[in-house]
Amino acid sequence: MAMIMTNVGSGKEPRASSGAQPLAIELMGVHKSFGSVEAVKGIDLNVAPGEIVAFLGPNGAGKTSTIDVILGLSQPTSGEVSVYGLQPRQAINRGLISAVMQTGGLLKDLTVEETAKYTASLFSHSVPVAEVLKRAGIAGIADRKVGKCSGGEQQRLRFAMALLSDPELLILDEPTTGMDVEGRRSFWASIRQDAELGRTVLFATHYLEEADEYADRIILLRHGKIVADGTAAEVKSLAAGRTVRATLPGADEATLRGIPGVDSVEVRGDSVVVHSGDSDAVARYLLTSTPARDLEIVARALEDAFIALTSDEPGSNDNVTGGSR
Amino acid sequence: MTAPSVPAPDLATRRAPGLGGMNVTVLGIEIRRLMRNRRTVIISTVFPVVFFLIFGLNKSYALLRDGRGNVAAFVMISMALYGGVLATTYAGAMVSIERAAGWSRQLRLTPFSSVAYITVKMLTALVLGLCSVVAVFAAGLITHKASMPGYLWIVSGLSVWIGSLVFAAFGLFMGYLLPTENVMQILGLGLAALSFLGGLFTPLNQLPHVVQTIAEFTPLYGLNQLVHAPVLGGSIHLAWVANAVIWLAIFAGGAAWRMRRDTGRV
Repeated sequence: MAMIMTNVGSGKEPRASSGAQPLAIELMGVHKSFGSVEAVKGIDLNVAPGEIVAFLGPNGAGKTSTIDVILGLSQPTSGEVSVYGLQPRQAINRGLISAVMQTGGLLKDLTVEETAKYTASLFSHSVPVAEVLKRAGIAGIADRKVGKCSGGEQQRLRFAMALLSDPELLILDEPTTGMDVEGRRSFWASIRQDAELGRTVLFATHYLEEADEYADRIILLRHGKIVADGTAAEVKSLAAGRTVRATLPGADEATLRGIPGVDSVEVRGDSVVVHSGDSDAVARYLLTSTPARDLEIVARALEDAFIALTSDEPGSNDNVTGGSR
Repeated sequence: MTAPSVPAPDLATRRAPGLGGMNVTVLGIEIRRLMRNRRTVIISTVFPVVFFLIFGLNKSYALLRDGRGNVAAFVMISMALYGGVLATTYAGAMVSIERAAGWSRQLRLTPFSSVAYITVKMLTALVLGLCSVVAVFAAGLITHKASMPGYLWIVSGLSVWIGSLVFAAFGLFMGYLLPTENVMQILGLGLAALSFLGGLFTPLNQLPHVVQTIAEFTPLYGLNQLVHAPVLGGSIHLAWVANAVIWLAIFAGGAAWRMRRDTGRV
């Protein structure tokens, strides 16, 4: 299977080899199994400092398992992980990584301020609690019991807690699950504002539009593997083309792939499905140089690209090939 | 390099905190939090005091001499131990609520080490344990029936308090082992049974021989004998110490074992 492997996104050079500054995240051949279930099937990933990266994929794609490995909450079955050149646990001890989880992680019988003070006191270096509460927009409810806070307020508290150690890397696991549209928008505005200060952000989501709108770089995960990695624009371009379908016994896959603009070719029995940024060229070739018939051209929506790349249907997209750049 | 705006993180200045992150802020918040839990505070102070008033002041035996003190003092020490273990067990078992809330997992994203966390939990439990012991001893003082030499009030109180630490470990272990919904009910009943077998409610020599033999291996037996040793004035048997130490090792080991396995999401 050939993947769309672009360079580290958003035009930044990978800095691992420069020696000057370690990568924010470096995963090498990471596998994670739970009993006989293999949740992560070999992930290699470099994230440079300052990038905003989205992990996009449906439930069960391995997003959370990969995040747990980066956070040191679980050990990879095999492979190497480093965060700013350190083991995850060492990075956490130094306050370099923080995470905002989608649910839980709060004590109902503490107040907002107590929760933040408790958390801040555990680090050798922390930002003043009052300042962080203000930045997260919850300074006004500092004395409120966590159990009496709304879901959105609790999520802001989780965000504040993650900022207390002034981390270099912020990891968000589906941070807006259960928030309404307005809450989601203002939450992301805070994150975006914060990332402008140079923080590296990695977030998992299954909302395509969230990844599109807020990430510099999108990594599509499916069945524990990276199936696409590029800037939002690059991933979008996967969906920009059209799908050409035709009946063509004995189709020559290699030739079809060679047509400029073709992203993927799929041969199913007598029918062939070609996805391309230039569907006209494909149609012209099929109709003039092959005995293809019953030709149809269908536009593929962004959502379809996402579904196609990440769906559970076996074999439906194992031959998505390079060419997005 | 197209992103010069990203400042290099000052990795060199970042350090891990000392003592695994343990500090007085956390201890203070944990103590306040425990004291806010009215049900736990009431159960662990009012119950033993009421039991002392019922069983310790009975006119037919309260003033009988018993070692260096009287029966009322003996019962007061028993009830202080009962209160102490109730308090420390409940305080320790609160980890089950923290696990269910995902707080334990949240703490794993901070430098707070397991050892530091357990230490804070033990110290917090001891604060509530002290409240129980002081409440029962205060009841003993006010009612004027309990009598023993002044220094024995201190020695007995301290031994009960320190001994109750065994049950902070027990509470932690149970908090990791049992489901949250009914951990407190199970522990309430369990501790009543252990207190009975440990001889806190009735003298063991009034029980059938088989029960007495079994009782000697239960976790409150050794502690109960040890905390009464000062007032009774007899020698300290090695078996009592062994009982307390072995159970402490079992509970602390069990808690550590369960905690290490406790990495799951909620």
